[in-house]
Amino acid sequence: MSSPGNEVGGAVTAAQTADAVLTVRDLAVEYLLEGGTVRAVDGVSFDLSPGEFLGVVGESGCGKSTLLFAIAQLLVAPAEITGGSVVFRGQSMVGLTDRQLAAIRWKDLSVVMQSAMNALNPVKTIAAQFKDAMRAHGMTSKQEVADRSAEVLRMVGIDPVHLKSYPHQLSGGMRQRSMIAMALLLTPELVIMDEPTSALDVVAQRSLMVQIKELQEQLGFAVIFVTHDMSLVSHFSDRLMVMYAGRVDEFGPTRQVFDSPLHPYTIGLMEAFPSIRGPRVPLTGIPGSPPNLASPPPGCRFAPRCPKVMTRCREETPELYHVNGTLVRCFLQAGEGDGEQ
Amino acid sequence: MTAEMPDARGGPGVTDRDSTMLLRTEGLTRHFRIGNTLSRGILHAVDDVSLAIGERQIVALAGESGSGKSTVARLLAKLYRPTSGEIYFQGKPLSAIRSRKDVLRYRGEVPMVFQDPFASINPVFRVSHGVMRSLKLHRPELSPHERRAEAERVFEAVGLAPAAEVLQRFPHELSGGQRQRVGFAQALALRPKLILADEPVSMLDVSIRIGLLNLMAKLRDEQGVSILYITHDIASARYVADRLIIMYAARIAEQGPTEEVLARPKHPYTQLLLSAVPDPRAPLNIGSETDRGEPPRVINPVPGCRFRWRCPLAIDECQTVTPELSELGPDHEAACHVARSGAEVRAFG
Repeated sequence: MSSPGNEVGGAVTAAQTADAVLTVRDLAVEYLLEGGTVRAVDGVSFDLSPGEFLGVVGESGCGKSTLLFAIAQLLVAPAEITGGSVVFRGQSMVGLTDRQLAAIRWKDLSVVMQSAMNALNPVKTIAAQFKDAMRAHGMTSKQEVADRSAEVLRMVGIDPVHLKSYPHQLSGGMRQRSMIAMALLLTPELVIMDEPTSALDVVAQRSLMVQIKELQEQLGFAVIFVTHDMSLVSHFSDRLMVMYAGRVDEFGPTRQVFDSPLHPYTIGLMEAFPSIRGPRVPLTGIPGSPPNLASPPPGCRFAPRCPKVMTRCREETPELYHVNGTLVRCFLQAGEGDGEQ
Repeated sequence: MTAEMPDARGGPGVTDRDSTMLLRTEGLTRHFRIGNTLSRGILHAVDDVSLAIGERQIVALAGESGSGKSTVARLLAKLYRPTSGEIYFQGKPLSAIRSRKDVLRYRGEVPMVFQDPFASINPVFRVSHGVMRSLKLHRPELSPHERRAEAERVFEAVGLAPAAEVLQRFPHELSGGQRQRVGFAQALALRPKLILADEPVSMLDVSIRIGLLNLMAKLRDEQGVSILYITHDIASARYVADRLIIMYAARIAEQGPTEEVLARPKHPYTQLLLSAVPDPRAPLNIGSETDRGEPPRVINPVPGCRFRWRCPLAIDECQTVTPELSELGPDHEAACHVARSGAEVRAFG
């Protein structure tokens, strides 16, 4: 499990997944629309160890949020899981009833949404919303509820007096922190975060990231952190998954992906960030835009924008190749390692 | 931040050419009355801002949300009237521009490009609609044929080719990056002197942003326009801007040539901002990171430095006297009592 490179594979043995808190295999999610289906997540597989911090990066429309929603079983029509499996703590999440899901949510798995402004109930105090979540899981003692509420709020650096506050009385950063506090109320094993810092300023963003990391190390929950800004997770995630047009294009230990990116898309993304330090160099970004998933290009989906495209790329779909502990979906790496199948 | 910035001019055409003044503000201030009869307050959105934008210059205005940077843009666009202070455009005070004709001309010379390319273009018309209409309004001397030719010229100039074809599309047929280029094309059609660009790339995907930043540099170099680039992203400001203005809580904290400010930041807030920029190329440095503060909402403020609650270096003077901008380096100003006293400021990072 801990040896990167083994997490995705055709034959997964029980031993490999035994200690994983989450196992996702060949997950496919489709939006069933009038004009046809749009496959937003296409064959994503990974294992998540307890206490691991997984970063998922990609541009808008690459399927990263759909992937999260599929894992947390939050998809609504017309989106539907059309293939693969999601196994959380040994239990398949696909097909669970609402009642079964309610027993898991908040307690074992919680989700922090992108916009805390919209995720928090505007007409209830923070305390009331915390109480709802705890009551739903059988924590009824008033004292216990109050103590725990104050405790998690203190954990995220907010004075417990704000339990009496309504969301609009808090700043954006405090709302986002209180969402995270709420997610930690019942000490879940997995916290899924969808761009929780995107509405914040760099300074607030930085301090929230540091705080999430500290809490994670202290409490030991696993994190799946989705963002469009790969520099944000560069110092915080253990492994990094780069998604493009619904597929995983590169997946490996974060430092390794940053230090020696293999996929032309990952390389392009890294070169799209101007640096605050060092010499100022002209950058080009990545020409073109991501494909429309209703009619994805044949072969490699990055081919139309790829500076190193070959004839083969436009005809065949590359598999994920193992290269030094990283998985990469690119024919350029085909000779470097063995294909996964 | 080290001082060795070997080739500060090696960037994408950033120059420090001597620029003739295009627009400057003097003590620009805008307050808003807020609250109800029971609790009244005066929100200070912009306080005593004196800035200058030269010809053919990109000036970045950076700061946290709520620091007043968008209000500055709206004041410059004549969407708000200043509470006090004055804006001079090509030497003439803006308050003297009153007639509809003059206001129209000013808006043509100083157009805005908005943050959200999905909300700023009318979805029911082809993208030609907006450009053609503003050409009709601002440049009535053009014949329909000339208007069409001019629309194609500006579309080509912002990299929307083939222009004739793109003009016929509907907004939903364009990507976010293309839509934002339409925004710049619309501004360019007015033959602007200064484009006010309020967070023009923050809604775009990372891989697209650089293209827009390069476009801004190109418009400066080839079309000779100046741009006020409002952003919270210091790295992109460094990439494209000649000058950098840092705002904090409605006031200018620091301003100067971009490389000078970033190489030798004088204000503790600038230092905090720089230390918070995620840089995958640098090692993680959590040790120095203790700031958990937030920018204040500036309601009925009392004198004193507005950063003092977060500042590890604050002295007695900061509690009572509002620091003014003072020159601390070549063309480099900061509003900090500690820095002005000559002491080495090293608050964060």
